[in-house]
Amino acid sequence: MELFWYVVLLSMLAMYMVLDGYDFGAGIVHLIFARNEADKRAIVNAIGPFWDANEVWLIASGGVLFFAFPMLYASSFSGFYLPLMIVLWLLIFRAIGIELRTFLDNRLWRVLWDASFGVSSLLLALFFGVAVGNIARGVNLGCVEDGVSHCDPQYFFLPLWNPTFDPRAEHLGVLDWFTVLIGLIGVISLFIHGSNWIIFKTNVSIKERLKQMAWRMNFVLTFLVILTLSLWHLIHPHPLRNFFVHPWLWVFPILTFSALAAMFRLRTFRSEHTGFLWSSLFLLSAFASTAAALYPAFLPSSNEVNPPLTPWNTAAGAYGLGVGMKWFIVAAVLVGIYMVVQYRVFSGKLDDSGYGTH
Amino acid sequence: MEDMLLYHRLQFAFTITFHYLFPQLTMGLALMIVWFKGKFLLSGDERWNHLAHFWMKIFALNFAMGVVTGIPMEFQFGTNWARFSELTGSVIGQTLAMEGMFSFFLESSFLALFLFGERRLGHKLHFLTGFLVFLGSWLSGLLIIATNAWMQHPVGFEILGNGKFVLTHFGALFSNPWLWPAYLHNQAASLVTTSFVIAAVGAFYLLNGRQVEYGKLMLRSGVIAGLISSVLVAFPTGDWSAKNVVKYQPVTFAAMEGLFETSEGGAEIVLIGQPNMLARKLDNKIAVPNVLSFLTFQRWHQPVQGLDQFDESLWPTNVPGLYYAYHIMVGLGTLFIVLMAVAAYYLARGSLFSRRGVLWALLMAFPFPYIANIAGWYTTELGRQPWLVYGLLPTAEGSSFMVSSGNTLFTLLGFVGLYFLLGLLSLLLAGRIVYKGPRA
Repeated sequence: MELFWYVVLLSMLAMYMVLDGYDFGAGIVHLIFARNEADKRAIVNAIGPFWDANEVWLIASGGVLFFAFPMLYASSFSGFYLPLMIVLWLLIFRAIGIELRTFLDNRLWRVLWDASFGVSSLLLALFFGVAVGNIARGVNLGCVEDGVSHCDPQYFFLPLWNPTFDPRAEHLGVLDWFTVLIGLIGVISLFIHGSNWIIFKTNVSIKERLKQMAWRMNFVLTFLVILTLSLWHLIHPHPLRNFFVHPWLWVFPILTFSALAAMFRLRTFRSEHTGFLWSSLFLLSAFASTAAALYPAFLPSSNEVNPPLTPWNTAAGAYGLGVGMKWFIVAAVLVGIYMVVQYRVFSGKLDDSGYGTH
Repeated sequence: MEDMLLYHRLQFAFTITFHYLFPQLTMGLALMIVWFKGKFLLSGDERWNHLAHFWMKIFALNFAMGVVTGIPMEFQFGTNWARFSELTGSVIGQTLAMEGMFSFFLESSFLALFLFGERRLGHKLHFLTGFLVFLGSWLSGLLIIATNAWMQHPVGFEILGNGKFVLTHFGALFSNPWLWPAYLHNQAASLVTTSFVIAAVGAFYLLNGRQVEYGKLMLRSGVIAGLISSVLVAFPTGDWSAKNVVKYQPVTFAAMEGLFETSEGGAEIVLIGQPNMLARKLDNKIAVPNVLSFLTFQRWHQPVQGLDQFDESLWPTNVPGLYYAYHIMVGLGTLFIVLMAVAAYYLARGSLFSRRGVLWALLMAFPFPYIANIAGWYTTELGRQPWLVYGLLPTAEGSSFMVSSGNTLFTLLGFVGLYFLLGLLSLLLAGRIVYKGPRA
C-alpha cells in the first residue's frame, strides 16, 4: 500500500516536472531570446491554455503527499519553510505576469509583467533543481549536533545557506555547491525542454536560433550531469548500491543518457515534436534515476543518529490509504480524459490562440 | 513561544481572509455565467451572450487571483501547522487531496476552454465547459467545508496511542451533520456577494447613462438572485448552522450571542452592545426579550446556556471578536434582505430603473457582502478556538515548532506587501473592465 502511494506521488511529481517544466522553460526563452512582440505573444499563447492545469499537478501532489504521508509533508514543509515561501511568491509573480500582460495596451506595462513572468520562471527552474538537490543530499533530521538530537527525530529546519556552502557540513543550508549544481541542471534542462515546446507549438521567428541554442546548451547539460555524477560519492558513499541489488533499475540511467545523446540531433529532427519527446524522456528518467538511487528513502538523513524518512515510517493509516486508492483511480481516469480533451482542442500551432485577449 | 504561535495564526488568518475575497465571487459568478449562457442558448438573444462574455472577463481576473492566493493555503498546513498536519493528515488529507484531484483538475482544464475556446467549440460545448468550471468550483467549496466541518465537529476517526488521528469511516466525512448546513450557507452567501456585485455594476451603468440596456439586464438578474440568496442565507441555512452551534459548541453559541449569564426563563436577543470582559456583561445593551429562546428552541421561555455554565478555559479565546464577527454578519445579512426586497418591489412595479436613490444604494452596497462573508468565517473560526480539532487538539499544540518567530514574521510581512499589490491590481483592472463595459 505504501509502495503504491510512493509510486503515485513520484509519478505525479514527475508529471509536474515535465508539464510545468515546459512553462518555466518557455518563460526563460521569453526572458532571454524573445525580442519582438509577435514572438512574445506566441510564447505566452503556447503555454496559455495549459499552465494553470500544469500547476495543479504541484498542488495535487502536495495534497496527495499530505494525505498519504502526513509525517513527511509536515516535516519537509516546515523544514524547508523559507525556500517554499519564496517559491510561492515566485509562482504568484509568474502567474500574474502571464495573466496581466495583455490587460493594458501599453509598452511599459508589458515590459514590467514580461520581466515578472520571465525572471520568476528562471528562478523557479533554479529553485526546483535546488529542491531535488536538497532531497538527494538529505537533511539533518532530528537537528543533530555532536551526535545528539535536539528536536524530534523526524523534524529539521534549514536556513537558506550556511556560510561555507558545504553540503557535508553539520549545519546544512538549502543552497550549497551541490544543490546549486543541480539547480543549474534544472535551469539548463528546462530551458532546452521549453525551447522544444515552443518549437513544437509555435512558428516563432527565432525558431532556428532556439534550435541552435538548445543544441549548444545540451553540451553544457551533459557536462553538468557527468560532473554531478562524479561528485555524488562525496555526498553518499555508496551511490550505486540499489542499482547492483536490483539491476533492472539500470534502465533509468540508460534512458537518461540515451535521451541526452538523442538531443544532440535536435537541429535536424524532421518532426517538430521529436525534440520535446526526448527532453521529456530525459527529465522523467533523470528523476526516476535519482529516486532509484535514494530508495527507500524519501528524504535521506545527513546524520548517523536518525533514520531517513521513508514511505513506511511516514504513511497515513492503512484504512484511509485503502479508501483513497479507490477514489484516486477514478480521479486519475478523469484527469486523463480532461488532458486528452484539453490537448485535442488546443492541438497544432498556438501562435494566435488568443490567450489573454478578452 | 507565544509570539511564534501568534505569527503562525496571523499569517494563516491574513492569507485565508485575503484569499476568500476571490472564491466567493468565483463560485457565484460561475453559476451566473452558466445562467446567462443558458439564457442565450434558449432564447437566441445575443445580449445574454454579451453579458456572459463581459462577466467572463471579471471571472478570469478573479479566478487568477483566487488561484495565486490559494496555492499558499495548500502549503501552509505543512509549513506553519506541521504538528497539526502530522497528527490529523490521515483524516483531513483525504478531503484536501480529493479537492486537488477532483476539483482543481476539472476547473483548470476547462477554464482555458471556457475562456478562450468559444470559437473552437461552438456555443453548446462552450456552455458545457462553463458548467464544468462551475461544477469544479462548487466541488472545491464542498471539500474545503468538509475539511473544516471535521475540525469543527470531528467524526469517523480514532486517536492512536501516539496522539495521531486516523480515519475509520470515510462516509462519515460527508455525512457529518456540520457539513451540509455549513456548505449550503456558504454557497448561498457566495451568491449574495455575486448578485450584489452584478446589481452594483448594473446600477453604475444606469446612473451613468451608459450601457443602459446591459445595465438593466444586470440589475434584473442581480436583484432577483440577490433577493433569493439573501433569504436563503438566513432561512433555512443560517438557522440550521446556528442550531448546529447550539448543539455541538454551546459555549461558542453563548459567546456569539454575548450571553454571559444563563437566562432565567426566555433569553433575550442582543442587537447592539459591547462585551465587557472585566465586568462579564454587555455595555450599552439594546436587546429584545425572549427572541433568542424562540429562534433557538421555538419556545419563548426556554433558558439558553450562558458563558457562566462553562469553565473559563473552555471559552473561545477571543469572546469580543467572536461576538462582533457574528453580529456584523447577522446585522448585514438582515440589511441585505431589506435592500433586495425593496429593489425587487420596485423591479416588479417596473420603476426600479428610474429610482436613483435605490440605484445608489445598490451601487454602494456591493462591498458589504464581502464583509459579511468574512465575518461569517471569523465567527466559525474564532468560535472553534482554542481548538484546532474541536475539543481534542488545542491550537497551541498544532503549529510548526521548528519555524522560529523571526522566520514567520518575515514571511507574514512578505505576504502583507505582496497581497497589498495584488489587491490594488485587482481593483484597478476590474474597475477598468467595468468602465469599458460589455459593448466596447
